[in-house]
Amino acid sequence: MKNTTPKSKLTRIAVSSAFILFALAAIYLVGMNMMMARMNSEIPTNLDYSTTRTSDHGLFRVSYASSLDVVPVNQMHEWTLHIETVGGQPVKDAAIAIDGDMPQHGHGLPTQPRVTKYLGNGDYLVEGMKFQMGGWWLMDFTIAVSGQNDAVHFNMMLK
Amino acid sequence: MKTKNYLSALLALIGLVLLITSCSSFSQTKWNEDELTSLRSLWIGSLKPLPADPSNKYADNPKAATFGQELFFDIRFSSNGKVACGTCHLPDNLFQDGKPLAHGVGTTNRRAMTIIGTAYSPWLFWDGRKDSQWSQALGPMESAVEHGGNRTLYAHLVIENYTYEYTALFGPLPDLSNLPRNAGPVADPEAAANWEAMSPKDKEAVTRIYVNIGKSIAAYERLLVPGKSRFDRYVEAVANHNNEAANAILTSDEIAGLKLFIGEAHCTNCHNGPLFTNNDFHNTGIPAIKDLPDDVGRFKGADQVLADEFNCLSIYSDAQPEQCAELNFLVVEDNDLIRQFKPPSLRNVANRGPYMDAGQFATLEEVLHHYNTAPEAPAGHSELEPLNLSDKQIEQIIAFLKSLDSPINADDKWLTVPNY
Repeated sequence: MKNTTPKSKLTRIAVSSAFILFALAAIYLVGMNMMMARMNSEIPTNLDYSTTRTSDHGLFRVSYASSLDVVPVNQMHEWTLHIETVGGQPVKDAAIAIDGDMPQHGHGLPTQPRVTKYLGNGDYLVEGMKFQMGGWWLMDFTIAVSGQNDAVHFNMMLK
Repeated sequence: MKTKNYLSALLALIGLVLLITSCSSFSQTKWNEDELTSLRSLWIGSLKPLPADPSNKYADNPKAATFGQELFFDIRFSSNGKVACGTCHLPDNLFQDGKPLAHGVGTTNRRAMTIIGTAYSPWLFWDGRKDSQWSQALGPMESAVEHGGNRTLYAHLVIENYTYEYTALFGPLPDLSNLPRNAGPVADPEAAANWEAMSPKDKEAVTRIYVNIGKSIAAYERLLVPGKSRFDRYVEAVANHNNEAANAILTSDEIAGLKLFIGEAHCTNCHNGPLFTNNDFHNTGIPAIKDLPDDVGRFKGADQVLADEFNCLSIYSDAQPEQCAELNFLVVEDNDLIRQFKPPSLRNVANRGPYMDAGQFATLEEVLHHYNTAPEAPAGHSELEPLNLSDKQIEQIIAFLKSLDSPINADDKWLTVPNY
């Protein structure tokens, strides 16, 4: 037989309400975390954003420097690409193919940049660099020297 | 006692929930560093001074601008004497016409774009088939459905009506009295045949006048740049940490829309910078119009600008070849270019529907619905992905877009039709 006094009824209502509110708060927090996780999952974690990288097959160490302090959005600018052997010897007479894309968006650069000049000491002038939006960019340089081919990739996060 | 404890726990939980909720709404009006960077980049104060146009040495000549304004509104420069640039680019309607397809002497296949701020764009038209304001101005003048005329007609009209203005800028005019009234590389067979029959020297003399018409119109159009909107005043208040002023400038829905615009809705992928456009080209899956010819957008426009007789590398350009960087590093014949179109500036966007390259969408609601659902492109590859925004969020973005009404930052004399 149930013995329901007003007091115990109030207690049960309070407990139930507390659980409901707690559950709502939990759902809210989990939802927020899931949303953050979904947003973050678009860009691989631990991407290497360094401006000096070794080529895929380890033939070259390559670095780039922009003519502007911060790589800009919507502004044509130049890069200097420095290529050296892993032993530190500058590489000259390289044929360099350039490609860039935004892996999340499925489109590339608005321009077709190219090497226009060898500056000496393993440095190559790249003209026609332009990015049309912020976000994660992947720049690919395919390098051919004396019958040897290798490619290097730079990740960039533009704002 | 027990009940009291439960009640205390209940109150604490209610407090916790309220705290979380209030933090959430609080974050709607506070901006983190990345967001502030975005706001600053969109602010009109970030607009750089007018970029030089090395292809037009008259670009910043005030006399050329005055002459250009007269030409811009002169309806005699058309096959039927009724169409000027200002017919579709109306000064009291944001230099556009509010129609899905532009009407000159006939009907075009595209929507007339506004002229405001185009001095900042390396590419003109929806497909970027022109690379300067002056070469753009010459396109419609020889189009069979826009002005419908031809360059020899226009040269005659300059000699008959503007000898003083022209010679003050460009030197003596040649004697063209022996040339036919109508001649030019146009669709009209009689004018085309007359053009073919002309000597290279006469063609060159006529084309020089035609080019100078374009360069003068461009000198005028350069002056039409946008001014400060409510959004810009909001950014200034935020930058000055004046939250009270900021919240008086934009409503909470407009602010929420702005937050979505620079965040979850990814609008700034293309609509970035102080003109809210990257002036590049994108396929966003805009539906094709059944009754119009297939339109591949930038795919064709890139080839056209490279072959254009008036491009930056042409003999009519005043630029050195190395100053034509956009053309020198142009992307052509890439399938990514299929059905790419230029994102227009969003300043004044709420007042210049219908939207898209052929006015496919009548309202901003339709535009936002398209971006929210991201349908497949009729050709090529759409860059969109569904946003899954709620109706409320869409309303907020539209509310924000209405804060971008920007007056033209030019003296009133440039915004009126001259007396002829």
